[in-house]
Amino acid sequence: MKPLLELRHIRIELPTRRGTLLAVDDVSFTIGEGEVLGVVGESGAGKSITAAAIIGLLEPPLRLAGGEILLDGARIDNLPPDAFRRIRGKQIGAIFQDPLTSLNPLYTIGRQLVETIRTHLPLGDKAATARAVELLQEVGIPGAAERFNAYPHQFSGGMRQRVVIALALAANPRLIVADEPTTALDVSTQAQIIALLKRLCRDHGTAVMLVTHDMGVIAETADRVAVMYAGRVAEIGPVRQVVKHPQHPYTVGLMGSIPSIGDTLERLPQIDGAMPRLGSIPPGCAFNPRCPKVMERCRVDRPDLLKAHATEAACWLHASISPGEAARG
Amino acid sequence: MAVDVRAGVVRRAWDTDLAYSFRNSPVAVISAIVTLVLILGSLFAPWVAPHNPFDLSTISLIDAFDPPQWIEGGSPDFPLGTDEQGRDVLSAILFGGRISLGVGLFSTIFAVVLGVTAGLIAGWRGGVIDAFIMRVADVQLSFPAILVALLIDGIVRSTLPHDEQDQIAMLVLVGSIGLSGWVQFARLVRGSTLVERNKEYVQAARVIGVHPIRIVVTHVLPNVLTPVLVVATIYFAFAIITEATLSFLGVGVPPTEPSLGTLIRVGNGYLFSGEWWITVFPAVTLAALVLSVNLLGDWVRDALNPRLQ
Amino acid sequence: MADAVLRLNDVRRLFDVSAPWLARILSGTGPRMLKAVDGVTFEIARGETFALVGESGCGKSTVARLVVGLYEPSSGSIEIDGTDIASLKTRKAQAPVRRRVQMVFQDPYASLNPRWRVKDIIAEPIRTHGLIRGEAAIRARVDELLRQVSLTPADGDKYPHAFSGGQRQRISIARALASEPEFLVLDEPTSALDVSVQAQILNLMKDLQRRLGLTYLFISHNLAVIYHVSDKVGVMYLGRLVEVAAKADLFARPQHPYTRLLLDTVPDLAMTGRERVAVRGEVPNPIDPPSGCAFHPRCPFANERCKTERPSLLAAGGNMVACHAVQEGRLPPWGGAA
Ligand SMILES: Nc1ncnc2c1ncn2[C@@H]1O[C@H](COP(=O)(O)OP(=O)(O)OP(=O)(O)O)[C@@H](O)[C@H]1O
Ligand SMILES: Nc1ncnc2c1ncn2[C@@H]1O[C@H](COP(=O)(O)OP(=O)(O)OP(=O)(O)O)[C@@H](O)[C@H]1O
Ligand code: SF4
Ligand code: SF4
Ligand SMILES: [Mg+2]
Ligand SMILES: [Mg+2]
Repeated sequence: MKPLLELRHIRIELPTRRGTLLAVDDVSFTIGEGEVLGVVGESGAGKSITAAAIIGLLEPPLRLAGGEILLDGARIDNLPPDAFRRIRGKQIGAIFQDPLTSLNPLYTIGRQLVETIRTHLPLGDKAATARAVELLQEVGIPGAAERFNAYPHQFSGGMRQRVVIALALAANPRLIVADEPTTALDVSTQAQIIALLKRLCRDHGTAVMLVTHDMGVIAETADRVAVMYAGRVAEIGPVRQVVKHPQHPYTVGLMGSIPSIGDTLERLPQIDGAMPRLGSIPPGCAFNPRCPKVMERCRVDRPDLLKAHATEAACWLHASISPGEAARG
Repeated sequence: MAVDVRAGVVRRAWDTDLAYSFRNSPVAVISAIVTLVLILGSLFAPWVAPHNPFDLSTISLIDAFDPPQWIEGGSPDFPLGTDEQGRDVLSAILFGGRISLGVGLFSTIFAVVLGVTAGLIAGWRGGVIDAFIMRVADVQLSFPAILVALLIDGIVRSTLPHDEQDQIAMLVLVGSIGLSGWVQFARLVRGSTLVERNKEYVQAARVIGVHPIRIVVTHVLPNVLTPVLVVATIYFAFAIITEATLSFLGVGVPPTEPSLGTLIRVGNGYLFSGEWWITVFPAVTLAALVLSVNLLGDWVRDALNPRLQ
Repeated sequence: MADAVLRLNDVRRLFDVSAPWLARILSGTGPRMLKAVDGVTFEIARGETFALVGESGCGKSTVARLVVGLYEPSSGSIEIDGTDIASLKTRKAQAPVRRRVQMVFQDPYASLNPRWRVKDIIAEPIRTHGLIRGEAAIRARVDELLRQVSLTPADGDKYPHAFSGGQRQRISIARALASEPEFLVLDEPTSALDVSVQAQILNLMKDLQRRLGLTYLFISHNLAVIYHVSDKVGVMYLGRLVEVAAKADLFARPQHPYTRLLLDTVPDLAMTGRERVAVRGEVPNPIDPPSGCAFHPRCPFANERCKTERPSLLAAGGNMVACHAVQEGRLPPWGGAA
C-alpha cells in the first residue's frame, strides 16, 4: 500500500521557563490510502498534538521542532500558513471531539456547508447546494433537504457530529484526521458514526487517522493501531495483533485492564502508578517505573521501535528475540 | 529559624509564575515603581514634603508664583515652584496625592464590597432576586458615573447644613464614586457565580451538607475573585480620575485641602498667564499615577489569564 | 425486604423548561415541563451494587441527584434506611440521614475546588458534621483516608491541579468516605478516565466495598463496566425503568427490546467480526415523549397497543420488564449479542 501520509521523526517542543519539554519525541508512522490508523494511549500521551501537527493547527507555545510530514510524498510541514490552509479542507479534513467548536451557531447548517464547498471546489451556488444536501444524506441526516436550513442548536449531539463530518468531507479530502470523534456521544450514536467512517474508507479510499482511547472503537474500525505512551509510539501494528497479542508490556497492561462482558474476574488487572508528566519522564524506557518486566538496561537506554512478531514495539524485550520465540497468547 | 522561614517564603514568591511574568515585563516593573513611589510619597507626605501646604503660618504671599527652581527666578526652596498663595507645588502634590489615593482606594473597596455581595446574591439565588438586582443595575448603568456622583452630592448638599458639608466631603466622594461603580463588579461576579454554582465541587459541598452561606463564602467567592481583582485595579484608576473630575467641577473636597483634581482646577486659571507649573505638575502626576495603575491592572489580567500563559 | 438501604417509590421529577413568562404570554404557549424522571421505583439492599444504564439524557444523573438531595422529587418518595426524607422538614433534621449518602461525580476536574488544599477538601465533611474534634485528630483521619485510596499523606498538602484525573477521582472518593457513609452514589465515576486508570478506580471501589460494607448506586453507559461491578441492573429509557434484573439474568437473558438493542451496540473488542447494529431513529425529545411505550418509534416489535398504552414494570422470566410484547409472549428468545 502506497503511504498517503508519512510522519518522519516528529518532535514537538513545549518551551517553558524551566526548560524546553518534549511533548512528542521522535514519532514516525504512515497511513496508506483507504486505511484507518487508530491512535490510542493514556491521556496526555501526545495523541491530540500529533494530530494537530498534521493538520497544521499546533497551538503555540507548542512547536514542531523536528521531523517531516509528507502528504503524497510532498512535505507539508514547512508550507506557509496560506498554502497550508488550502490543503486543510481540500486534502485533509479534520473532525474534533466537540462538534460545537467546528460549527458556527449563527449560521444554518446548509449555509456553512455551501460556503465550505465553494471555498474548495469550483462550483456554483446551485451545484454546491446540491452537493451539500447529498453530503448530509451521505452522513445519514434523515430528511436532509428539509433540515438544510436548521441551525446547529436544533440538532442533537450525534447529528451535529455528523454535520461536522459532512463539513470535513465537503471537498473530498484524501485524509481525515479525527480526534475523539465519538467520545461525546452515546453508544448507539457512536455505532452510527463508526459505520459511516468505515464506509467512507471503503467507498472513497479515504485514509483516516482515528484518535481515541476507546479500544472498542479501535478494534472495530482500525486496520492498524499505534499505541502512544509519554510522547512516543510504544507499539504499532495490525489491529488484530495488537489487541490479541500485544508485545509491549504497556499494551499488555492496557488490554488486560479493559473490562468485558462475560469475564469472571473479581479484580481487573491494573497497571500501578501513573504515566509520568512531561517534565519528569525517566531516562531509558519511559515505562520502566511501572513495567513488570523491567531490566537493568531499561533504566539507561531508550528503546526504539523493534520488530516484535507481527507488530513493532519499543521495548528491549524484543531486542534479541529470534522470530517465533516467546510468542505470547 | 524565623529568618529561614521568611527566606523560604521570599524564595517561593520569587519562584511563582506570577513573579516570573512580572520580572519579564518591563512595563509592569516600571508601572509598579512609579505607583510605589507615588504611594509612598503621598503616604509619608508630612515627612518627605519640603513644606506643609496646609500650615498657614509657613505660607507667605511673597513667595507666590515662583517658577520651578531650574527656571530664572526660581528658588531651591520650592523645587516645582509655588502657586498663587505661595504654597510649594511639590508639597501640595504630595499632600494632594494622599487625598486622591485615599478616595480612590476607599471608593474602590466600597464598590467591590457592594458589587461582589450583590453579584453573589444574584448569581446564587437566581430567580426574582436576581432579576431585581440586575434591573436596578441596568437602570443605574444608563446614567454616567459622574452624573450619579453629582446627584448624590447634590442631595447631600441640599439636606445638610453648610458648615457640616466640608467635614463629610470625603465621605460623600467615597460614597458616590463607590456607589456609581458597584454595577460592573456585580455583573462580573454574577456571571462567574452562575458558572461556579453549577460546578461539581459546589454540588459536592451541598451533598456533604455544608450550609449554603458557607458554600458561597468559602467555595464560590475565592473562585470568582480573580477577575474582580483585575477590574478593581482598573477601577481604582478610574476612581482617582472621577475624584479629580468632581473636584475640578467644584463638588469635591474643599480647596483648603486640595486633592490633585482641585490643584489642577485651581491652577488651570493661571495656565494662560504664564504660570503653567501650577497646573501642569499635578496633571502630570495624576496622569502618571492613573496610567501606571492601569498598566499594572492590564498586566495582572494577562498574567492571571491561563490562556495567555 | 427489610434491609433496603434505599427505596424509591414512584419518583417523578419534572423540570420547567418553559419560555420566559413574558414571551409565553406573547406567543400564547403554555408552560412546558420536561419529565426527566417519570415514575421510577426500585430498592437497593445493603452491601449491593445497583447499576443504572441508559442513553445520554435518559435521566440517570437526575435519579442520582434526587437520591443525594440535590433535587427534590416532584412526586413520590425516597426512603433512606426506612426513613422518608420528605418527613424530615429541616436541614438539621435531614443532616444525619443525608450524611450517610454521599456522591462521587463524573468530572474529576470540576469536582474539586481548585483553591483548596487536598487535606482541606477531604476534611470538609468531617468539619461540617463535627465528626472529629481537634486539628491533629482531623489530620490523622485525613491521612488515613488518603492511604485508603492509595495516595500518600504528603499529597494532602498539594492543590488539586498537581494531580492527574485518576488521582483526583481518588481524592473525590476519599472526601465521600470522610463522612462515614454507608451508601455511595457514583455518577459515571470513570467515564472521563482512561481504561488503565479506570481499572485502578474500579478495583479500589470493590476493595472499599468489601472492607467497609458499602452499598453503591453506580451509573454508567458502559455495559462492560456495569457487568464488572454490579449485582443488579436497572435499564432506563426516557425517564422510566424498562427492565430491572440481576446482572447475570440481564446479560444472559435480556427481555426488553431496548436492553437487547443496548447489548447489540456494545463495541466488539473480541473482534468476532460482527457488525454493530446501527440504531434506528433518533433519541426522542423528552419534552414531547412518544405516546404509549416511549420506545415504540424505534422498536422492531411495536404494534398498535404499544402506541397507545403504556406498559408497566412487571415480572417476566425472573426480570422485571415494561413491555407489551414480553407480556404477550410474542418476543423471540434472545440469541446472544450476534
Ligand atoms: N497548548 C498546550 N500548551 C501546553 N502544553 C500542552 C498544550 N497542549 C497539550 N499540551 C501538553 O502536551 C501533552 C500531550 O497532550 P495531548 O493533548 O496531545 O494528549 P492526548 O494524548 O491527546 O491526551 P487526551 O487523551 O487527554 O486528549 C500533555 O502533557 C499536555 O499537557
Ligand atoms: N436542571 C435541569 N433543568 C432542565 N432540564 C434538565 C435539568 N437537568 C436535567 N435536565 C434534563 O433531564 C433529562 C435527563 O437528564 P440527566 O442529566 O438525568 O441525563 P443522564 O441520563 O444523566 O444523561 P448523561 O448520560 O448525558 O449524563 C435531560 O433531557 C436533561 O436535558
Ligand atoms: S523496555 Fe524495559 S521497561 Fe520498557 S517496556 Fe520494555 S521491558 Fe519494560
Ligand atoms: S411495549 Fe411495544 S414498543 Fe415498547 S418495547 Fe415492548 S414491543 Fe417495543
Ligand atoms: Mg486529546
Ligand atoms: Mg449524567
